[in-house]
Formats: sequence, structure tokens, C-alpha cells
Amino acid sequence: MRRPSTIAILATSVIAAAAVAGCSSSASTSASGNASAGAGTTITYWASDQGSSIADDYTVLNPELAKFTRQTGIKVKLEVIGWADLLNRITAATTSGQGPDVVNIGNTWSASLQATGALLPWSSQNFSAIGGESKFVSSAVGSTGAAGKPPAAVPLYSVAYALYYNKALFQQAGIAGPPATWADLIADGKKLTHGSVYGLALEAGSIPENIHNAFIFAQQHGCSFFSPSGAPTYTLPGCVAGVQQFVNLMGTDKIVSPGDAEYDQNQSITDFADGKAGMLMWQAAGANLKAHGMATSQYGIAPVPVQSGVPGQGTNVDSMVAGINIAIFKNTHNLTASEKFVQFMTSPAEQTILSKEYGSIPPVSAAQQNPAFNTPELSVLKNVLATSAVAMPQVAGESQFEQLVGTAVKNLFADAVSGPVSTQTVEQQLASAQSQTTG
Amino acid sequence: MARARTPTPAPARSARTDARAGGAGHQAPGRRRRPVRRRRPGRLRRIGLPYLLLLPALLFELLVHLVPMVVGVFISFKSLTQLYLTQWLHTPWAGLGNYRVVVDFNGAIGQALLHSFVVTCAFTAIAVGLSWLLGCAAAILAQDSFRGRGLLRAIFLTPYALPAYTSVITWAFMFQYNNGLINYVLHNELGITSSPTFWLLGDNSFIALVTVSVWRNWPFAFLVVMAGLQSIPREFYEAAAIDGAGVWQKIRLITMPSLRPVNQVLVLVLFLWTFNDFTTPYVLFGNGAPPPADVISIHIYNASFLTWNFGEGSAMSVLLLLFLLVISGGYLLFTSRRRDA
Repeated sequence: MRRPSTIAILATSVIAAAAVAGCSSSASTSASGNASAGAGTTITYWASDQGSSIADDYTVLNPELAKFTRQTGIKVKLEVIGWADLLNRITAATTSGQGPDVVNIGNTWSASLQATGALLPWSSQNFSAIGGESKFVSSAVGSTGAAGKPPAAVPLYSVAYALYYNKALFQQAGIAGPPATWADLIADGKKLTHGSVYGLALEAGSIPENIHNAFIFAQQHGCSFFSPSGAPTYTLPGCVAGVQQFVNLMGTDKIVSPGDAEYDQNQSITDFADGKAGMLMWQAAGANLKAHGMATSQYGIAPVPVQSGVPGQGTNVDSMVAGINIAIFKNTHNLTASEKFVQFMTSPAEQTILSKEYGSIPPVSAAQQNPAFNTPELSVLKNVLATSAVAMPQVAGESQFEQLVGTAVKNLFADAVSGPVSTQTVEQQLASAQSQTTG
Repeated sequence: MARARTPTPAPARSARTDARAGGAGHQAPGRRRRPVRRRRPGRLRRIGLPYLLLLPALLFELLVHLVPMVVGVFISFKSLTQLYLTQWLHTPWAGLGNYRVVVDFNGAIGQALLHSFVVTCAFTAIAVGLSWLLGCAAAILAQDSFRGRGLLRAIFLTPYALPAYTSVITWAFMFQYNNGLINYVLHNELGITSSPTFWLLGDNSFIALVTVSVWRNWPFAFLVVMAGLQSIPREFYEAAAIDGAGVWQKIRLITMPSLRPVNQVLVLVLFLWTFNDFTTPYVLFGNGAPPPADVISIHIYNASFLTWNFGEGSAMSVLLLLFLLVISGGYLLFTSRRRDA
């Protein structure tokens, strides 16, 4: 009587244990079951959040994916992932080997993710499967991985920074046109600043925004935060001067509201749209401004200022090459289907549709010719990308740099709320950031 | 049910009697050995059954808690960075290298960790102290029944019942410089401060962190102390009243000593929760916590997931684990000894 019950309990435990252990193995068999590419295959696609909300992204992408399925018979399982989670999700997928087939990445992460070896290298053979490297605009391809290595991803959407200004506020302050140099911007900003209105809105509590701006300012002082060999050089005088100039727009020049030091939820866009700030530096803000009720006619767009002269290369760059890349996970079991999907997403027709929806510029030359991308806003952005934008450092330590220096700049803004920030303070913060880097 | 169960022991008992009866007919050595051999399964079953029943729970405990901890310890001896993520098992060994970097208090990483540790200790001491004090005071005040006591208790428990993320993000909005409720009340309405205050930047961020943590945790102290108070016999207070004891004497001489076992557990739990709290600082400050509020949970998260140095992050975690183990063990040992004495 008793013996069977003991055995039953034992058996139950063993089955329970087997079930637990089985979770992972069943997942892997289902993935490898789809080895043959083509019709009937299902691939997983992790898209980044490009629209005004994640729900909006599903609305934009689902009809396009359905179109792809009709054309090829390949089904796409879509998951849109917010920016706060995307890099962690990719890291986790890299570690477990259980990732999606195709994934969107912020183009500044390209070299860091390339170093992990998780992404498929775009050799010329892989490139030829999607129509060749030459179909992309060359500035966008410059932001797809370390120099001298096959790219880790291909460009999907391109954007650049521009200066947005409130036409009505400019007119009230008697300013004829957008500033071309920082000295002009500060002078205009002072004219605009009175009461609760400030000259410039900054997302000064946001690590990504801070790092992009710090990078541009440092570039204009001839410093790029990394030596040619990829070693961090955060404390070179040019980098210190650039960061100091940036944070002192608030500290010394007082044309930025101290409250901006807390902003990291796109509040600066809201402030600009509400007329609480006369200027805003942002990547393709048009769609966002529209969502906040600001009509295209109410604002003007100009390139971000430079120290002197006109935007160009060298110390006259005025934007990073911002954008989204699309990559294939190296351990995909559906390589052919994934490549077909990347080819579809980077085809001129899809590029036109998607970039129109997201307010970005297609990095594919054939699509860029489309008249839809000749609006005043996109013309400026296109020109910046073509002439005066520079890729963020394409080195493995880039993501570490974004976090450490981005936080340092955020801390410096916390100082700037109470007054000018000294060279020494900037140097200390950057030195502390650099000493925390590890190879 | 009862009827169905009764027959079962009967055959078992008879089987045992049979064994004894059968055994009686054999020689002495066999007689000694056999009952032992035949009883063993029974005893094994008796002893083994609880373990078998616990086995599924134990397996899940292993899977959910112990395995990740062991993996963490394993990683802390590896130089795991982004370069090795795809084959993390084959990362080169770092020996004690990660630990050396992390506890080198002259180096930047060690210094930052030490600073974060000191901040966390100060934060924990203040937040746990205040939560306990508020919880105790409220529980003692609400001990005697009065009109609306039930409602008041329910209101007191609300912060504990709310989802952490929702309540902390609400606090983050309230602490905002430009449009926050706190600046609106203190500066715009009451005029207590001459200019709006930054609560989420600089030194004030520590105050903001303590405030939210106390707000979240004191209801738990209140709940536990309230439960503890129910077990103190009324007669003690009545006897004390007859002897002429005042309110403070009653609290000091009756309530507090009676609550000691409850408080012992309560303070330990509050300490562990507060020291390890990730949600409150993360939701309040995001990825880059201001240095005065750079508590250790956020610090380790940044070291691991944002700068992609999992080896060093794990070494910090292991040190934190050891510290908490030593503190918890020492605390339990100390408090139980005091009770024995």
C-alpha cells in the first residue's frame, strides 16, 4: 500500500524537475526546427520605439510586415521594445543565445555590440543578399561598426540634430533669423529670456541627449573623447572646454532654465512647443512638436550653431550621425529569411513609407530622392547629414563612454543650476568618469 | 474521509506483528537483523516523506535563488565584459582581480563604491529609524479604540498597498523643480523658501530618497507592531495603572519589552529591504543617480549593466551579500543572546 505512494511522490518530483529543466530545451528545439528558409518560416523582429508611443509603432509596422508576408510567405513576429529596455534585452539575448532573428539598434551602439560578436558581420557576400553596400548613403554606413571591420548592422533610419526656433518669439524679441554661431545663439538667447520664458530648452537630465551634445561641443574644440587606437581621452583640454561651454549655457549664460537640469522625459520639447523656450536642439523634432500642437508654420529650422564660420567638417561639425540600424543576430537559424526581411526593410519603397511615418530621413539613396523628403525640416537635416555630421566614436568602449560621460554632464548641470561651472570642476568630473572605464 | 483513512494503519500494524511473529521462530542473529532490515523502509519513508514533499519547493528555491547566486559568485572571479558575452562561460579567469579593483579605495572604482556604501549606510540608518519610530508611534496611538480607528488604519496602510513603481513615480512628479507639488506648496503658496528648491538634484536628493523610502516602509512597521500589541495582555496595563504608572512608564516598561521579539524581526527586515531597495532610487532618479543619493543597488546596477563590466559588478554584489550576511547573522546572534540573558 505504501510503497506505490512513495514511488508516486518520487515520480511527481522527478517529473516536476524535468518540467523545469525542460523549459529551456523545448524553446531551443522550436527555434532550430525552422532551419529551412523561405515560405512558412517565422522570424522574430525586435523593433525600437520610433513613433510617439509603442502602440503607434505597432500601427505603423504591422501593415508593412503583412505586406512582407504576402510577398515572401515569411511570417514576422514583431515586438516593439522601449529604449529603456532595448540594450538590456539585447545583452540578455546575447548571453543566452536565445535572441530574435532581426533587431533594431541605436546606431551609436554598433561598435560596442560588434565587439560582443552577437551580430552577423555584413561581409560583402551578406551585403549582396540585400542589394549591396552601395545602396546606402555613405555617412550612414560610417556609423555601423568599427573601422576596418565588416559592419555589424545596416542603416535603417537616419536623423540629425538641428536648431528649432519659435518664429513668434524671435519676432517679438526683434531677432531677424536663426543664430549661426554660439556667440549669436547666446546673444539671441539673452534677448529671449525674460520671466518664465528662456532662450533655449535643454534635456539636461537625459544621459543620451547630454552625451550627444557633449560630443558635438567637444568636436568643435577638436576633441573626440577617444584616441585613434580607441583609448579614452576624456580629459583632453578640447573635451573639457567643449563640455564646459555646453553646461555653461545654463551656468554662465543663463539662457537655459535651471529646471531643465531635471528633464529626461522629453519635457524640453513640451516647453518649446508651449512657448516657454525660444530654441531647441533636437533630432527630427517635427513629429513630436506636431503631437504637442505646434504647427509647422510656427517654428523655423536651422543647422545647430558652430564656433565660427559655417557648418562643415573638422571643428565645424554640428551634429552626430544619429539614427537606427538594423542587424541580424549571428545565431539565427533563419539567415536567408532574415536577410530577405532586411532587404525588404531597406528597399526604396519601404524606406519611403517608414521614414515618412517616423519623420526620419531614409539612409537609402534611391529613397532619399523622393520629394516627400524635401520639406523645410528634412532638407536641413539631409544637408546636415551630408555635409556637417560626424559619427559617434565607433569603438568598443562607446556604450561605457555614453554612460560615464553622460552622467558626468548630468552632474555638471546639477552644479550649473547655481552658477558658472569652472574648468577645474569639469576636469574633475571627466577624470573621474575616465578612471572608471575598463578595457 | 475519516473512515477511509482508518483501515490503512491496520494492515501496516498487522504486517509488523507478522514480522515479529515470524522472526520469533528463527535463530538469534537472524532475529536481530531481520526486524531492522524490514523496518528500515518504514523509517526511511517516515523520515523521507517530508523531504520528498519539500523536494519540488527545494528545487525551485535552488533554481530561483541559489543558482543565480552561485553564478554571480562564479562571474565575480571572471573578467566578464561585453567582449565575452556570447561565450560567457569561457571568459578568462580574473582570480581575485575584480575584488582587488573593487576594494582598492585609492582607485576610482573602489572610491566610488566606498562612497556609495557610506551613502547607503546613512540612508538605511535614517530611513529604518524613522519608519520604525513612525510605525511604532502610530500603532501605539491607535491601540485604544476610538471612532474612525478602522478607517485611519486603512488609510495608514495605503502606501504599503500601492504598487511601488506607481507611488514612487508620483513622488518624482511631486518633487519636480518646475511644476512639482512640493515646491508649489512650500514656495508659491506658503512662501517658506525664497526660491524653488531642487529636490532631485544635489544634496536634497538624499532627503527626497529618505522621504519616499520612509513613506513606503512605515506602514509595514505599523502593521507588524499593531499585530504585536494585540498579544500583550490588558491586565499588565491595568495592574500598572493601579500601581500609578503613567503613559510613558507603560510604554517603556510594558509595551517595549513585550514587543522585543517583534521589533527584532521588524528592524532586520526593514534594514534588509531598505539597504537593498532598487525600485525607489531607480524610479526617482533614473540611470544616473546624483552622487549624494547614489545608493549601492543603483551603483552595482550601473557598474554591471550600463558600463558592461559584469565581473566587477558581480564582485561588488558578492561583497554586498557577505556584508548583509554578517550583519544579519551578528544581529540575530546579539539580539537572541540579549533575550536569553
